[in-house]
Parts: sequence; structure tokens; C-alpha cells
Amino acid sequence: MDTSEDILQQTSPDIVRGSQTARRSKAARLSPSVISWLQAGPMMLVFLAFFLIPLVFVVIVSFWDYNEYQLLPAFSGRGYTDTFEGCIAQLPDLCTIAKTYVKTLKFCVLVWAITLFIGFWVAYFLAFHIKSKTWQMGLSLLCTIPFWTSNVIRMIAWIPLLGRNGLVNSGLIKVGLINQPVEWLLFSEFSVVLALVHLFTFFMVVPIFNSMVRIDKSLIEAAYDAGATGFQTLVNVIIPLAKPGIVIGSIFVITIVMGDFITIGVMGGQQIAAAGKIIETRVNALQFPAAAANAVILLVITFMIITMMSRIVDIKKEL
Amino acid sequence: MTETTKKTGVSRRTLLKSTAGLAGLAAGSGAITGFPYVMSAEPKVLRYLGTAVNEGDDISKQCLKDTGIKIEYITATTDDVTKRVMTQPNSFDVLDTEYFSLKKLVPSGNILALDAKKIKEFDNITPVFTKGETPGGKKIGNQGTAPWKVLYLEGKDSKTFSKTATEFVTLIPTVYNADTLGIRPDLIKRPISSWSELLNPEFKGKASILNIPSIGIMDAAMVVEATGKYKYADKGNMTKEEIDLTMKVMTEAKKAGQFRAFWKDFNESVNLMASGETVIQSMWSPAVTKVRSMGIACTFQPLKEGYRSWASGFCVSKGVSGAKLDWAYEFVNWFLSGYAGAYLNRQGYYSAVLSTAKANMEPYEWAYWMEGKPAEKDIKAPDGSLLEKAGAVRDGGSYEDRMGAVACWNAVMDENDYMVRKWNEFIAA
Repeated sequence: MDTSEDILQQTSPDIVRGSQTARRSKAARLSPSVISWLQAGPMMLVFLAFFLIPLVFVVIVSFWDYNEYQLLPAFSGRGYTDTFEGCIAQLPDLCTIAKTYVKTLKFCVLVWAITLFIGFWVAYFLAFHIKSKTWQMGLSLLCTIPFWTSNVIRMIAWIPLLGRNGLVNSGLIKVGLINQPVEWLLFSEFSVVLALVHLFTFFMVVPIFNSMVRIDKSLIEAAYDAGATGFQTLVNVIIPLAKPGIVIGSIFVITIVMGDFITIGVMGGQQIAAAGKIIETRVNALQFPAAAANAVILLVITFMIITMMSRIVDIKKEL
Repeated sequence: MTETTKKTGVSRRTLLKSTAGLAGLAAGSGAITGFPYVMSAEPKVLRYLGTAVNEGDDISKQCLKDTGIKIEYITATTDDVTKRVMTQPNSFDVLDTEYFSLKKLVPSGNILALDAKKIKEFDNITPVFTKGETPGGKKIGNQGTAPWKVLYLEGKDSKTFSKTATEFVTLIPTVYNADTLGIRPDLIKRPISSWSELLNPEFKGKASILNIPSIGIMDAAMVVEATGKYKYADKGNMTKEEIDLTMKVMTEAKKAGQFRAFWKDFNESVNLMASGETVIQSMWSPAVTKVRSMGIACTFQPLKEGYRSWASGFCVSKGVSGAKLDWAYEFVNWFLSGYAGAYLNRQGYYSAVLSTAKANMEPYEWAYWMEGKPAEKDIKAPDGSLLEKAGAVRDGGSYEDRMGAVACWNAVMDENDYMVRKWNEFIAA
């Protein structure tokens, strides 16, 4: 308690005014709970003003009506009923929104599994095989390379590589593996997953690496001394201790993929539906309540996934 | 004691500050009158919201030189321009937008119609806008939001479009063009003459259409009509059944793998075509020029069913009045006086007042761009780069031939909401 007060004293002396002179006097002391509220306060206010309040507005607007040129502030479920149009009538065929979410979830699972696999081993390599701190830093910075160019340039750059007359196709033809250019390399689900993995593996590497470097090396030595094989150490020591990193990385990747529509749009040749794409189309047509309704649906589904994941691992406890 | 002194100090400073602030505010808002020199010293600045079509640096530089008006461009996509007018009408002065968005903009009351009497060249504006016919008398297709349907308002603050000419003009016309399919003649190797070729299985996996619903559906309708499957009463204003039918045809083609990709912006369309990913697709004129300037054969192919046309023009924000409104008129008058028109014509667009543009172009340029004659000399873009070598003929020919063959105009349908939903379904299919 004293320490937290000291820190507070250093950073903002006015808050704990007089604490030096009246250190022992109970009246002048702030209770620990007040101090923690003060510490959390600024962030809470930022969250309230720039996240919670706008979110409440989105939910409110999603229940409004609209016409071609304005929002009509009267209660209407139109944004939602339009979105789920045909979902019962078209059974057993899936309606637009169901199809879209099935596709988005499919991308989520694929990208999550691949980034987790790659990210885990990259982090493992960085944490346990690279001894020097400098090299660890340098190599983790290398993982950010995909972010060095703008999104647009990165997307355009895939065409000369994967396109019909691209490097991969002409290479394969020269080697004699194929006679005709392979079409599914670009503007396909394959290219979408490839681009997403290329971009987001980094978000897996960092938190997992972070968890791994905190693992006490003596634990691994102890496992070795007790006669555990490398595999047993991995499964029984490293993975359980890296769990918080794995879950945080997974949350990053899943939330980003759920909301992504730019990468899916460009790499899928705009022919693949995405939850975010529906929102964009609606906003561009000035149908804000419908867009808001879709945003709420996306939020609820993403939130459900995150809740399920935090059931598996209690992040608060692990941290 | 210390604290008291401190407090007074603070409040004195605050007082000084707020007084100065108030004075500044008064001066800034123009509340202080009786000092005419303050007004004249103020730079003439207009915030210009629009898509990139008309927004050349050369145009704003020339405008500053000729009129002393400084143009600040705010560039956005067509959809974002409309969004901005709806949500932030005070963030711009002059608006440059397309006629089809008027169905949304006018009822919102966020824009101000201009007075035709104050536009010097208004009577010289091409009859394409006022009568729906070319200067040579060819009738132009009136499906969709044709400009002459929405050119006039009934009164100054009216929200109803007038069927007859009035002095209240929604948008003073500036630029327009006729769009069609772009093709790669070197890869197709045979003549293309109909919109129906877009769905020809011969080009399976090599076709594309644009993914902007309000424009994409028009191109889709041109294709459906060309295949003989259906004839629309008005492609620009479909019934729900017609939308369903159009989307069904397109969905079947999509599922069969006809389309390589859809494109959304200019650069995407250029990349698809230049890389050979697609050989036939809906396209815009300057995108074709861009592909050609990369040394790759690309034709803006005239088709027997005609063109899909678009047009844009100027109005002002409802917040513009007084001196600013005068500058806006001065700017619009300058824009129609020739320099800008010639600049647009040289890019392959068309200017609203042909006579003034002609006076600002070389005769050989006019002959190539507007009369469909073979180029006497090399044709150069406004920035001086080579567009066409001597002897070339413009795709589609003369102004009369191209504008006279327009079949429909970009549109906002009555069933727009339904159409957007169906478009999302098409993408998800």
C-alpha cells in the first residue's frame, strides 16, 4: 500500500496532498480502494467516452428506421428482420447472413489454427534457442516485416506472385509440374487464408513469446532432471505455462479475422462474403440502422467466442 | 495566503485570455463590421468536395491565377461524398457530385440550388443536359436518373424536381461520359460487339464487373437485356421482381466461375486488366487510358446496345451565403469558361459547355477527341505524357456517336434498399 502511494506521490503529487507531513494521520490518508479507483479512472473515462457511449449509440441506432436520406428515430426492428430475411423460408438452404457467418467462421478457424501452429514454434525458437537478448529483439522485429508496407501495396503485390501469369505459375510451368496456370492461387479462399496468416501470425508470436520468456528456466531443468523427455516437458511444462499467451494471441487473431473485410475483399476478388463487408455495403448505401444492426450481430457473435475462450483459461488468474 | 494570490493570478489570466478569445471570435465570425479592408484582405477560399474526376492541380492553379479564388480539394469516393453531405453539410462549400445522388441529396435539404440567371454560359450548356439530345439532334436514352429529369427544382427551397425549366438548377453541369466494357483485344483476338459477351463462357474466369451496387446493377442489366432474357421498362428503376431476375442471372454466372474478381476502385480495375487476370470487364475511360499508357493493348469497346452514362455538376452547401456564395458563382462561371473544359476533354471526358472548351483546344485535339477523326499529331495528356500516336482514332468515335448511343444513366432506384440487400446476397452466393 505504501508503495502504491509513493508511486502516486511521484507521478501526481496533488492527489495525495499532505501525505508527507501527515503521514501518520489517518484522516489525510486515502483508502486503498480510492487509490485504485484513481489509478484506473483515466483509462475508464477514455473507455467510457470513446468506446462504451458510442457502442450504446450503435445499439440504439440499430433499432431505428431509415429512408433514402435520413435516420428516422422511431423504434423499428427492420435492420434486424431485413438481415435475417429468408433464414426460415429458405431452409434447408442457408440465407445470406448465415452463409456469410459460416464462411467467416471457417476463415477464423483456419487462420487461428495455422497462425497458432506457426506462431507457437516461432515463439518457441525465439524464447528457448536464441540466447542473446539482442538477437531475440532483432528477430522479433523481423516478424513485423509484413507491416512495413501499406495495405494496398501489399495486396497489389500478390498479383505478380500468385496471378495467372505470376511467378509461382510460370515457375511451376517451367519445371513441368503443370501445363495450365493454376487459377485457385489468387482470388480464392486459399489466397485469403494465405494473406491473413501472413499478416496475423505476428499477433500470435508476440504474446506467446512473452509468456515463454517468463517461464523459469529451472522448471525445465527440473523436468529434465526428473527424467522427462523433450515432448513431456513441452506438453506438461511449457504449454500450460504459455497458455495465457496462447489465449491472448488467439483473441487478437479471431477478433481481427471476424471483422476483416478489406483483406477478404481484395484477396477474394470481392467475390467472398464477409461480415464486415455487409456492414460496409450498408453504410455506403446510407442505411445506417441496418449497418448498426449488423455491427451488433457481429459484436455479439465475437463476444460469445471470446467468452468461450476465456472459460477455457482464466486470463485474469494466469496473469 | 499564497494560495489566494495564486487564485487571483489565475483568474486575471483567464479573464485576459477569454477576452482576447472573444475578440478573436468576433473578428473571425465577421461580427465586426464597418471595416471593409478586413473583408477584402480575407483570402478567397472555397472548400471543394468531390471525387477525383474534376480535381486537377492544374485546374486549381489556373483558377487562383484567373480569379484569386483558392480551391481546397476534399477528395472522397462517390459513396463517401454523399455520406459527407448527409452527415457534415458544413464541412464543405462547393459540392461536385453526380446527378444520380440528387434523389438522396435534395430531400435532405443540405444543398442549395444555384440560380441559372447568374451562370453566364448557362444557355450554352450542351442540350445533352437540358433536352436529352445531342447537339446534332440525336435522342439520348432516358432510362435511369438522366440529368434532365433532375436538373430543375420547382422553387428556391423546393424539394421537388420540376419537369419544366426553371431558374433553380440542382447541379450546374460540368463533366460527363459514356461508359462501356473494356477489353484486351490482344488476348480476345476477335471482335466484341455486345454486352452479352461479359457472360460468354468463352471468357470463363476472365471477366469482371464492378462491386459498387448502384452502378454494377446497371451493367448487369445491360448484360441481361443483351442476352435477350428480359427487356426492362426502366433499367434504372427496377421492380423487386426485375432485381431478383437480374441477380439470378448474375448469381448463376458467378457460381459457374465466370468472374475472376470484382473490382471496387480505379486501380484495381487497371491491375486486373493490365496483368491479364481479366480480358473483359466493366471499366471507366481513364482506367483504359492508364492500361494503354503502360504499353498494353486495351480497348474501350463500343457495343451495339449502347453506353451507360454518368454526369456530374456543381452546387453549394446550404451553409454558404454572402460573399462566399458570390465566390462560388465566380468559380462556377470560371469553370465553364473554357480552361477546365478543355482540360477534361483532353482526358477523354466531356465538358458541359462545348464552345468555350473548343476555344481552349488545338484544332487537331478537338478533331481527335470530339469529332472522332484520326489524330493529325501525337495526342498528349494534360500532363504532357503521350496518350496516342498520330493516326489513332478514339474508341467509339465522335461525341455525337458516343453520347448519341447512350442507353441508360447511373441511377438510384426506388427499391434501392432491396437492391443493396440482394447485392450482398449475390456476393455471398
